[in-house]
Amino acid sequence: MTTDLRPSRNGPPPPPPAKARPRPARTWRTRLARLDVKGAPYAFISPFYIVFLIFGAFPLVYTLWVSLHDWELASGTRKFIGLDNYDYLLTDADFWHATVNTLGIFAVSTIPQLLIALLVANALNRRMRLPTMFRIGMVAPLVTSTAAVAIVFTQMFDTNWGMINWVIGLVGIDPIHWSSSRGWSWIAIAMMVDWRWTGYNALIYLAAMQAIPKDLYEAAAIDGASRIRQFWQITVPMLRPTIIFTVIISTIGGLQLFTEPVLFSVGTPNKMDGGPMHQFQTITMYMYDNAFGHDRYGYGATVAWALFVMIIVFSLINFLAVRRTGGTK
Amino acid sequence: MRRGLSTAMAAVLVGGLAVACGGDDNDEGGSDSGPVELTVDVFGEPGYDALYKQYEQSHPNVKIKQRKVSTLDEYKPRIQQWMATGSGAGDVVMLEEGILPLYMQQKTKFVNLFDHGGKDLEKNFLPWKWQMGLTPDGKQLIGLGTDIGPLAMCYRKDLFKKAGLPTERDKVGELWATWDQFLETGKKFQEKVPGTKWLDGPTAVFRATVLQNAGNGPGYSFFDKSDNLVYDSNPAVKQAFDTSLKFAENKLTADMSIFTPPWQTALKRDTFAALPCPSWMLGGIEEFSGDFGKGKWDVAKTPGGAGYWGGSWLAVPKQTKHAKAAAELAKFLTSPEGQVAAYKAANVFPSSPQAAQDPAVAGAKSAYFGDAPVGKIFGELAAGVKPVHLGPKNEDVRAAVENVLISVGQGKQKPADAWAKSVEEAKKAAR
Repeated sequence: MTTDLRPSRNGPPPPPPAKARPRPARTWRTRLARLDVKGAPYAFISPFYIVFLIFGAFPLVYTLWVSLHDWELASGTRKFIGLDNYDYLLTDADFWHATVNTLGIFAVSTIPQLLIALLVANALNRRMRLPTMFRIGMVAPLVTSTAAVAIVFTQMFDTNWGMINWVIGLVGIDPIHWSSSRGWSWIAIAMMVDWRWTGYNALIYLAAMQAIPKDLYEAAAIDGASRIRQFWQITVPMLRPTIIFTVIISTIGGLQLFTEPVLFSVGTPNKMDGGPMHQFQTITMYMYDNAFGHDRYGYGATVAWALFVMIIVFSLINFLAVRRTGGTK
Repeated sequence: MRRGLSTAMAAVLVGGLAVACGGDDNDEGGSDSGPVELTVDVFGEPGYDALYKQYEQSHPNVKIKQRKVSTLDEYKPRIQQWMATGSGAGDVVMLEEGILPLYMQQKTKFVNLFDHGGKDLEKNFLPWKWQMGLTPDGKQLIGLGTDIGPLAMCYRKDLFKKAGLPTERDKVGELWATWDQFLETGKKFQEKVPGTKWLDGPTAVFRATVLQNAGNGPGYSFFDKSDNLVYDSNPAVKQAFDTSLKFAENKLTADMSIFTPPWQTALKRDTFAALPCPSWMLGGIEEFSGDFGKGKWDVAKTPGGAGYWGGSWLAVPKQTKHAKAAAELAKFLTSPEGQVAAYKAANVFPSSPQAAQDPAVAGAKSAYFGDAPVGKIFGELAAGVKPVHLGPKNEDVRAAVENVLISVGQGKQKPADAWAKSVEEAKKAAR
């Protein structure tokens, strides 16, 4: 494509000004052409990376930078203190308390949630009437706003005037102090989370189940395997990659739990406290409370980084744990 | 290539930030003769709408826009970001008593209102309200007072009648000269009316008594005048804590915190019979108790003498383009006549003695509270209020200690260990 632009070698040398001009143009052209071939793919994928750099990588690094300071937004203090914030974090009882809460709520919400999702997906995988309606019904909770769900649930779990305590009162059970007891508050929050996400995970499992070859089941049925046995011996092993995926996604989401517990704190003046004893304060609430509530921006950034590291570690642990189960297949 | 790109990206971003932060140099009182649009940032209901209209009529070149959020909790992070980044704040911002000390540390970020004729305004304010708007060295006037919260006690006449207690407000005030008597009255009340608690929660009592004791004693509460934490050594605090603890211990409260949804619900039921009441609380009761409480509530004196709770100031951030016009507006809104208009609109009690003596305030009666002469009641209380020095971390300590009191009421914390726990929490909160 550029060959016809080359001057003949045998021709007289053109006058210098004329020579000087095409030369840069020529190299400019070739360079452009080469860039077109080499660079175009990068250009096409660049939007994601540019957006990621601005909204992902830069905040990550900047947060690290902030966490090395005694940085206060309101009072204007900004002093470099090195790793002091991290030092404090390691012995900060409130932080570890929030960590235990986060993991506790994660455990009581995610494990039943994924199990139920698996069973629901299996049920939906049968031949049935109106399959689409049932499948859409599963994700209906997902499209309702978290805030709306949390507000409704919070009212249901209200200690004095909540529907749930009223119902168990009819049976003669004493009212449960949903928000002041640590364990009960975790369960209440876990129910909100599960209400929203069980259907979502069920749909993912269902999609994966549809891809399992039917002849496997037919062969198993001929061999006399029961439905339950088919489920454990065929469906679950075949879904392993999908289960790993949902576990990791749930872990990332679960460790960042924020909206539900914040809205569950209706009775406390400071919504980020998670109750007067911080009984259901999660790590993200603790982070927000430090950075913006108590004017410790630097320490809030430290908590954010600790959470980031924790999510990576937990995702790896989960990944390995789920991969090891299921034996040597 | 990636590394080069990210460096460039970072450079662009940092450059952009630098421009955003540094591009706001303005000479004091720049071009304020042409058309000016002023933004006012407030929370709650300051009652300024009519005043804005009036000001726009007398200053045809000025247009005013108000940005309002409903609670201080929502307002705090917003103003924090504006002040930290040096852009985004309104030309006039409201600073509540709890956050004012925090911004006193950043006095360079606010216009000195002494440069805009602030010197002559001192007589328009209660001395302590004026004092708190000044920097500690007295050289810079940061905020002009808006309202104050002289403290009374709201109570439910119908429930008092049920318990065989007097219902007439002067007689009720005589029941409790001290907080101990108030506690005893509460015990009697709950014996007679077992389904109802005496108070809404331990927090309102704590806020009221801390400010009361500190005002009548050393003049500071959690932090001394040099802003060192003296939570565990200040007798005024210990006494207030013990008083509040007794209510929690004796299960005389419904363990609620003001303005939270359960508290709002409780106002429509017979959940509690009394509630410490700064003047701005009347609006809250009227709003949430609604038709249910109409004619059931009344206002009496608070135990333990004068006290106050809450109140705000108006300040002008340095980042404004129209310092002069903004200062003029702040002066107008906080002037005696401005405060009278705000009181009429939103029941916020003026911090200006002239405004408090104005018949529209002094003679004000509240139909909702059984025609109680609220202007007179709160006016008398306001006269006795003594200022309390609050440290920058005051709000954080207060919230942490209130949590301890609430957990005692919920039975999650032994009363005997409560004080030690609160000292520990206070120290953490003050860091």
